[in-house]
Amino acid sequence: MRIRGPLGRRAYLGIAVASFLGWTGGWWALAASGWVDPLFLPSPPAVLRRAYLWAVDGDLLVDARISILRVTAGFLLSALAAVPLGLLIGAYRPVRAFSEPLLEFARYLPAVAFVPMVLLWVGIGEGSKIALIWIGTFFQMVIMISEDVARVPLPQIEAARTLGAADSEVLLRVLLRSALPAIFDTLRITLGWAWTYLVVAELVAANSGLGYAILKAQRFLQTDKIFVGIIVIGLIGLGTDQLLRAAHRALFPWAATRT
Amino acid sequence: MNEAKLALHDLGKRFPIRDGEFTALADVSFDIAPGEFVALVGASGCGKSTLLRLIGGLESPSSGRILLDSRPVRGPGRDRAMVFQDYSLYPWLTVAQNVGFSRGLRANRSRGRAPNTERSRLLLELMGLERVADAYPHTLSGGMRQRVAIARALQNEPDVLLMDEPFGALDAQTREVMHELILHVLASERRTIVFVTHDVEEAVYLADRIIVLAPGPGRVDSIWPTDLPPALARRLELKQSAAFLRLADGIRARIRETSGLQSDLTALRRLTGIKLPKPGSASETS
Repeated sequence: MRIRGPLGRRAYLGIAVASFLGWTGGWWALAASGWVDPLFLPSPPAVLRRAYLWAVDGDLLVDARISILRVTAGFLLSALAAVPLGLLIGAYRPVRAFSEPLLEFARYLPAVAFVPMVLLWVGIGEGSKIALIWIGTFFQMVIMISEDVARVPLPQIEAARTLGAADSEVLLRVLLRSALPAIFDTLRITLGWAWTYLVVAELVAANSGLGYAILKAQRFLQTDKIFVGIIVIGLIGLGTDQLLRAAHRALFPWAATRT
Repeated sequence: MNEAKLALHDLGKRFPIRDGEFTALADVSFDIAPGEFVALVGASGCGKSTLLRLIGGLESPSSGRILLDSRPVRGPGRDRAMVFQDYSLYPWLTVAQNVGFSRGLRANRSRGRAPNTERSRLLLELMGLERVADAYPHTLSGGMRQRVAIARALQNEPDVLLMDEPFGALDAQTREVMHELILHVLASERRTIVFVTHDVEEAVYLADRIIVLAPGPGRVDSIWPTDLPPALARRLELKQSAAFLRLADGIRARIRETSGLQSDLTALRRLTGIKLPKPGSASETS
């Protein structure tokens, strides 16, 4: 092993699979050893069995679907506002000066603490979950997108201006296009955070969704079901992340991906 | 002086710094004739790039003015295209799309200038880029990328071409190829050119006239007409000729003299206690 040394694709896959099997095996061994009460740590077969039962009685798909819809809605509304605003902040220093104090303050506000206010403002319907995801992701998104735009090399902008580009053309044809791969990455990363806030919202104010299912399982001490809920959310996250990475490679073949 | 393409009058540029102002340029005045190739050289900090950016309209002067065809320059415009050292190509566009970038801009459409695809094609051919027309810039070598940048700047038929150390990041062999190419291109695309470089040989080989700037604050030190054969007749052998070497030596001597290197040596002496020869003593001849 050398710092930044090379690693072939097969070797990479081998290590990754071994790691996955190792951790799962460790979990199984620990659960099977009898040292830990199954209530605290259900075994992998118990979790699988519960996943099967949850899936066949139909609720798992319903719960997953509603959760995915909430995350998508909250995330898209967040991105819809964050991309244009981030572009303007990254392009114009006065806009940055105007919005930065508020944004830097808002990003440290704990979104979870907004739950009572959100319930008061938008009620206990779907709006409250979406609003909480929006609060949790929007401010981080704007700041990161504005940084993506600010990192566009100055010569790209100046070359456009000496070729006769108007301000709106520099904005859309150079800044936005140049930063697009980085913005796409930012969205991919913040999508993961959206799931965190979804679960928070469903834990405190919902009667459907994966987070609510976890809460309900807690009431009945069904720790295996809690595990299934957590793992399903993890798998959905992993799946969308891989999908978005593939989309990034297809859409922006010239750009490198951030991890 | 009405026939000047570019006229610089008492140009000054100051930048605000932490405690006060830094004077990058002071009282710079000279004219550039239509079709002339002028090279700006000078020790680092002499403001040669700043001067180029002022002409390009990317910075505005603190004092004095710049006239292009007797009209004051007030910002960047399609009449003064700029070629940068690096990172100016659009990585999401192919080579051909980069060259044609200006065709899609409103400023070029509204003036009744039909999108000139024929010109794009000719420029690709002239710059030897036909084979890579559909490639993305990141797959090209540094020399090829600069060819794309030059073709893109020429697409718009600018009155003045501003080049900011365009070959500064290239290796010596590639740079020589680029010199031949640029002289060749100029034969068919005669433009007024202002060329910033730190390479005196490059300046003497390419330019009609060389302006040496001195730092602290940036100002014109001396102006050197080259009196060498016209661009197309210049060959690599020229670099061995007595006239060429004399001119390059003279310019280098001016740059050295204005670089403030001597005071650095004094500082080094104090810093290290090394017994370096004192300036002006018999042991130091150059």
